[in-house]
Amino acid sequence: MGSRGICDRVAIVGMGCTQFGEHWDKSVDDMLVDAAGDACRSAGVSQDAIDAYWLGTMGSGVSGLTLSRPLKINYKPVSRLENMCATGSESFRNACYAVASGAYDIAMAIGAEKLKDSGYSGLVSAAPPNDGTPAQISAPASFSFLAPAYCKKYGVDAAKLKEVMTRIAWKNHKNGALNPRAQFRKEVPMETIAASPLVAGSLGIFDCSGVSDGSAAAIVVRAEDAHKYTDKPLYVKALSFVAGPARGPVEQDYDYTTFDEVVASAKDAYQQAGISDPRKQLAMAEVHDCFTPTELVLMEDLEFSSRGKAWEDVLAGTFDLDGEMPVNPDGGLKSFGHPIGASGLRMLFEAWLQLRGEAGKRQISNGKKLALTHNLGGAPGACVSFISIVGAEKDA
Amino acid sequence: MAGIVAYGSYIPYNRLDRQTIGQALGVAGGRGARAVASYDEDTTSMAAEAALAALATAPDGISPSALYFSTADPAYLDKTNATAIHAALGLGHEAFAVDMVGAVRSGAGALRAGLDSAEPTLVCLSDVRTGLPGGADEAAGGDGAVAFLCAREGPVIAEFLGSSSTSAEFLDRWRLPGESTSRVWEERFGEFVYVPLAQQALQKAMQMFGVNLEHIDHLVATGVHPRALRTVLAGAGVRKEVIANDLSATVGNTGTAHFGLMLADVLDRAEPNQLVTVLLIADGATAMFFRTTDAIAAYHARRTVQEQIATGRPGLSYESFLTWRNMLKREPPRRPDPDRPGSPPSFRSEAWKYGFCGSRCEACGARHLPPARVCVHCHTTDKMKLERLTDVPATIATFTIDRLAYSPSPPMVAAVLDFDGGGRFQCELTDVDPDKLAIGQRVEMTFRRLYSAEGIHNYFWKARPVRSNN
Repeated sequence: MGSRGICDRVAIVGMGCTQFGEHWDKSVDDMLVDAAGDACRSAGVSQDAIDAYWLGTMGSGVSGLTLSRPLKINYKPVSRLENMCATGSESFRNACYAVASGAYDIAMAIGAEKLKDSGYSGLVSAAPPNDGTPAQISAPASFSFLAPAYCKKYGVDAAKLKEVMTRIAWKNHKNGALNPRAQFRKEVPMETIAASPLVAGSLGIFDCSGVSDGSAAAIVVRAEDAHKYTDKPLYVKALSFVAGPARGPVEQDYDYTTFDEVVASAKDAYQQAGISDPRKQLAMAEVHDCFTPTELVLMEDLEFSSRGKAWEDVLAGTFDLDGEMPVNPDGGLKSFGHPIGASGLRMLFEAWLQLRGEAGKRQISNGKKLALTHNLGGAPGACVSFISIVGAEKDA
Repeated sequence: MAGIVAYGSYIPYNRLDRQTIGQALGVAGGRGARAVASYDEDTTSMAAEAALAALATAPDGISPSALYFSTADPAYLDKTNATAIHAALGLGHEAFAVDMVGAVRSGAGALRAGLDSAEPTLVCLSDVRTGLPGGADEAAGGDGAVAFLCAREGPVIAEFLGSSSTSAEFLDRWRLPGESTSRVWEERFGEFVYVPLAQQALQKAMQMFGVNLEHIDHLVATGVHPRALRTVLAGAGVRKEVIANDLSATVGNTGTAHFGLMLADVLDRAEPNQLVTVLLIADGATAMFFRTTDAIAAYHARRTVQEQIATGRPGLSYESFLTWRNMLKREPPRRPDPDRPGSPPSFRSEAWKYGFCGSRCEACGARHLPPARVCVHCHTTDKMKLERLTDVPATIATFTIDRLAYSPSPPMVAAVLDFDGGGRFQCELTDVDPDKLAIGQRVEMTFRRLYSAEGIHNYFWKARPVRSNN
C-alpha cells in the first residue's frame, strides 16, 4: 500500500495551447481543434497516431463525443472527466497512467472551457437538485475568508496584507504582459489594483482571476520512446491528487490559513519526485492563483515559505520572475483567466516552454531542471488539490 | 380552565419612518414608523419566529397537538403553510397543522378555535401588510406575528371566558386572488355598517359574562376600520386608560396578527385577575374576554413587544422597502438566478432544513451541521443522534461581504459560525449592519425565506447578531 508514483516512466513530447481570452468568434469545438492540432504538430505526429484521449471540461460538453465529434476521431477511446478547477490537470494525470500501464503507446490529454458564452460574471456551475440549504456564496467570498484569518494568526495588519495581495496581482500581471497567449497582456499599477472595486471581503476585482475561454493539450508517451518525437521531452516526476473530507466548514479547529489537501498532495508529490527542498530545487512553479490570498497561502502549503512568512517573501520579491523562486511566470490565472478544463494544461505548457528554453522574454535561467504545477478546486477547508512535477532530465 | 398558557410575539427588525414616504413621493408622510418584514421574511417565517418564542416559554409537558396558522397574505395557496411552521418547531409529524387564511378576520377564528380545542393548540397569526405607494394602507400597515399556546390544563395565564361575534356581508375592504394590494370602499360607508355590528358584539358578550365596561382592565380594540373603531370607543364611554396601545406609532397595523400582538403587549405587563377584552372589527365584529390568573405573575415572555419595538432598526430607505415588497423592480446582478430547491431533497432533510437539527457522533462527540452519517472526526458510521440547534448561540469565526453572489438584497453577508458545544456551519447573516461585524461576535439563529425560485420558497435558517437586551 502506498503512493508510488510513476517517476520518469512517462514523458511529454508535444504540447499546444490556444490564446486565452474572450473568444466571441470561436466555439469550444474550434478551440479543441486548435489545441489538439498544435499539440500534434509539436510532437510531429498525426492525429491518427494517438491511441487514446482524456478530455477535461467542467461545463463545455459531456462524454467523449465532445472531443471525437469536432476532431473526427476514428473509433478511439475518449474519456471525458471533471474534477473542479483541477479538471485539466486530472485529464493529464489519467493519460499519463494509461501510458505508464502499457495499455497505450501515445495518449493525448486535452482540456477546454467556454466560459464567456454564459452571459454571466464569474464562474457558473449547476448543482444537482438539493434542499436549498448550502450557503450559495460566490467563489471570491469563500476564498476571502483566508485574508482576515491569516492576519489574525500571524499578527499581520489588514492594510499590510492588502499590500501583499496587491503585489501578488501586480507580479502576475507583470509576467502576463510578456506572454502573447495571456488574456490580459498589460502591467497594472499597484495603485489601480489596490483601489479596484470590492468583490468580496477585502478582495477587489484585481484580486480575482479573470473569466476567459481557452484550450490546451499535451501528448504523452513512455519515457523510453520520448526521443523518437523530440530532443527535449519533459519527464513526469510526480503526479499527486488529493480530495479531502471537507472538514473545514464543519470542524471548529480549521482556521482558514491553509489548505490541508494541498499540504497532503505536496508531501506526496515531493516524495514521488525525491524533492527535499522545493524552494531550492524547483526552477519555477505554476500555482492556482484564483484569488491573491490563495497564492499567498499556497506558498506556505507548497513549502516554498515557512509558516507565517510567505507575506514577507512576497514583499521581498522571492516569487518574482527574476526572484529566487519564480511563481506563475506565465502570468497565472490572473493574466489567463480560468477556463477550468484548460487551466492545468496551460500551466504545464509554461513548464514545457521554460524547461525547454522557449519562453522568450519570460525565460527563467536559474539552471534548475524541475518545474511544479498546482491546481485546487473547491473552497478553503473543502477542496481537491493536484500537483505535478516535471523535469527536463531523467534521473540517473 | 381553558386559556392561554404561553405566547410569543415577533416584530421584524426594520422600521420605515413614515416621513420617508412623504419625502419620496411629495405627499404627507404621516407620523411614526411602521415595522417592515425584511426581504427574507414572509408570514410563514415570522409566524415560525413567534411560535418558537411561545414554545420556549411553554410549561413543561404541554406540547401542541395542533397548529392553526392565520394570515391574509399566505406564502402558498393550495398548499398548507402551517406545516412549514410546525416543521420549524421540530415537533415531528404527529400534529394537525392547518391554515385559516385569506382575511384579517380569520385570525379571530384561529384563536377561538384554538381556545375551544380539547387538545393543546398553537395558534399563529402573522401578516405582511401592503399598499400601493402613497396610500393609507402602505403607511398605516405593519408587519409582525404572534403565537398563543392554548390549553385546557396546566398553568393558564389568561383564562378564556368566551366570545361573541357578529357577521355581515358588505364590501369595505377586499382583494382578488393574485393581487398584491387591497381595495377599499368609501370610508364613511364602512363606519355606517361597522359601528352597530361592533356595539352588538360587545354588548352581547358583556351580557353573557355578566360584566360591564367598568370591569374591563384592558381593552384591545383594533380592526380594519380605524374610524369606525374610534366612533365605537367614543360612544361606549370606555375609560381612556384601559384602551390598549394600538402600536400604530411604532409598528403599524399588522392585520391578521394585530389583535394578537396588542394582546401580547397587554399580557407582557398585565397583573393577575385582570379582565382583558379583545374587540376586533373585520367583516363584522368579535369580542373575546379573558381573565388573567395568578400564574401570569411568574410568566415572562421571551421578548416583550416593547423590547422588540425598542431594538428595531430605524432608517430603512423607502427604495429598499419598495424593492423588498416587489413594488420596485431593480436590475439584478449579472449572475444566474438561484436554483429552486428540490422537493424530494427538501423532504428528506426536513429535520435539518426546517428543524435545524445537526447530528452528534456518539463515539467521539463531534457535532455535524448538516447531519452526517460518517463522523468527520473519528470516521465512525451511523452512530449519530440528532440535536436541535435552533436555540444554541454561536460565535462568528470569520465572515465576508459577498458582492457577487445572488441575493434579493445585495450584498450577501455570510459567516462561518462556531456553535457553543461544538459544530461549525457557514450561512448567511441577516438583520445585520455589515460595518459593525466582527470576528468573535455572538449570533443566534432565525428562520427565514432565503429566496424564491421558480415558484418555490426556500425556507432555511440564517444567523443574526444577538440583540443587546436579549
